[in-house]
Amino acid sequence: MSPSAEKGLACKPNIGLNKKISRRDFLELSAVWACATAWVLTVIGLLKFPKPALLPDISNKFKIGKPEDFPVGSAKILADKNTVIFRDEEGLFALSLVCTHLGCIVSKTSEGFSCPCHGSKYDKKGNVVKGPAPRALDWFEISQLPSGKLVVDAGKRVPVGKKYTV
Amino acid sequence: MPIKAIKEFFRNFTELPKALRQSVVRHDKPTSDRARSQIIFGNIFLHILSTRTHRYSLKKTFTLGLGVMAVSSFIILLVTGILLMIYYKPSVEMAYDSIKDIHFVVPGGRFIRNVHRWATNVMIVTVFLHMARVFYTAAYKKGRAFNWVLGIILLVLTLLLGFTGYLLPWDQLAYWAITIATNIAASTRELTDVLNMTSYCDPGGFIKVLLLGSEHIGEEALIRFYWLHCIILPLALIVVLAVHLWRIRKDGGLARPDKLTEKELEGTPKDALSDKVFDYAPEKTYGLMCLVKGKSPAVSRGPEQTVSSWPHLVVRLMAVFMMTYAFICLYAFFFNAPLKELANPSVPENPAKAPWYFLGLQELVSYSAFMGGVGIPTLALLGLAFIPYLDRENQEIGRWFDSKEGKRAALFSFIFASLMTIGMLALTVKLGWLRNWFPHIPQIVITFINPGTILVLAFIIWSFYWMGKDNSTRMAALALFTCFLVAFVILTYFAIYHRGPNWEFYWLKSQWPTH
Repeated sequence: MSPSAEKGLACKPNIGLNKKISRRDFLELSAVWACATAWVLTVIGLLKFPKPALLPDISNKFKIGKPEDFPVGSAKILADKNTVIFRDEEGLFALSLVCTHLGCIVSKTSEGFSCPCHGSKYDKKGNVVKGPAPRALDWFEISQLPSGKLVVDAGKRVPVGKKYTV
Repeated sequence: MPIKAIKEFFRNFTELPKALRQSVVRHDKPTSDRARSQIIFGNIFLHILSTRTHRYSLKKTFTLGLGVMAVSSFIILLVTGILLMIYYKPSVEMAYDSIKDIHFVVPGGRFIRNVHRWATNVMIVTVFLHMARVFYTAAYKKGRAFNWVLGIILLVLTLLLGFTGYLLPWDQLAYWAITIATNIAASTRELTDVLNMTSYCDPGGFIKVLLLGSEHIGEEALIRFYWLHCIILPLALIVVLAVHLWRIRKDGGLARPDKLTEKELEGTPKDALSDKVFDYAPEKTYGLMCLVKGKSPAVSRGPEQTVSSWPHLVVRLMAVFMMTYAFICLYAFFFNAPLKELANPSVPENPAKAPWYFLGLQELVSYSAFMGGVGIPTLALLGLAFIPYLDRENQEIGRWFDSKEGKRAALFSFIFASLMTIGMLALTVKLGWLRNWFPHIPQIVITFINPGTILVLAFIIWSFYWMGKDNSTRMAALALFTCFLVAFVILTYFAIYHRGPNWEFYWLKSQWPTH
């Protein structure tokens, strides 16, 4: 505190501005800061508690049957997985039905897909045509088990247009 | 013979009610100024009030009772919320059914839930209006800066309480509103995707997982929202509210002008001490004058213009509480809280609308998720919180719109913001936006150039224009605050009434296509 600020006060503040710190003050300050550090570290440690170490979600992989179940030109919607499986001459591909904008479920239309929440529209390959969606619908990885069954991994995205050739 | 003790016992016995009363209430009947003060400072709940209140603080047209209404609805929310907890079961299988039980089976359950629902709306509206009142009367100045910040924190907590409560019924409305809201949190990916760093730095995704306890909305999310809604947020709100109220006293009561005319005090109560001029220094005080900010007690300074808080202030507090209470009860008697079908994760509501107080944001979100949901709200809240630090102009406080110049700045800003917002909405509805004109435009361009960001930019430019024109930071703040308030109201109105299925524009709800 500057002397001019001290002047206006009825009682003189009892705070010394000693450059040298006494042993007592040093120990007191150390104790205060030790407490503060302990609390801060405790809080940081406790903050880890609400972060789930293991997500309770079920596996992203699911079997969809054999390639013969998907005739060329077909489109099969798996409502419980929010996924659609297409088959054309070039192969199979799985598209997510979850809008990339804010997670509503898009519905299939004749031109492609449209989202009810904020009016995003996608073409048949899932590319954004209209609305606020920031990117194309996800294309999921398809693989085949030795048994011949197809597996979709909804946790793995592949580039738009990458089809699985049977 | 122990006659004396027996006599004494019987006397004590007959005087028991009186002695009991005197041990609880330790003051006389409020017939003297001293006893009236004692009622206030001798009571732990009342002593947050000062023993005498300035007449101007009791002026109806000054505060409009908005802060008290907000606190009143919060008390009603606490009581009804605690009651609802008896029957509500926070589990995915039982939540929806337990709400139905409360609605159809529990005696008075429907009414209690209605009161809880509508009191939320009253609280949110009054909190917003209270904020506007404090702003327009410049009551964030002269040592009250931090209390304004606390007010902004309370606003955020109020909105979070509304939002977390929205999921609990586990109906379609709840499920899809929370889906949208948590994906808004994750929308920082719009930015990190462009920078190609989402895989190792995804703050939005982290918050989403922290909120939901999972990638999807399920049991984990429900229990976390329940925990936030019933424990964490109310507790935080009560603590901050206590500090907020306490600081009103420490900052010298409600804001008021230094010089008041008799006309300005018209209609306010008066008592024997109101006009008294204290021309002598008190003989004995317990003041801590070297620690207290502001001016020392009035000595030869003219009348203090205060009245005893008991009964003048307390009666008014109670009146505002009862009015709020009556309004909410009447509303709850006639209108039921909504409850849609059970949540269905594969069929979104169409349109899926957030609670009304977030619909202004949802309109912005329909241009860009990140800007509308994270960017602009963060900017607006930070801007709000820092108003008292950026505008420190010394001026008379406690009058609506300060002066003629203030009224003019607010009026012109009102007109400007209305025209800008309505114009922008009309343009967007009629012509669409960048993607309709340039189908292959990169997302990052839309993120930064969209109707929302353009509005914000226009408002900031407008505010600087007023700063230069009137050479005043207060006028700039008035202009900016008015613009944001007007835009918020118009956007909210627009999204409530003119957005239908697929977020398309409709003049009326009756024009919505049926399916």
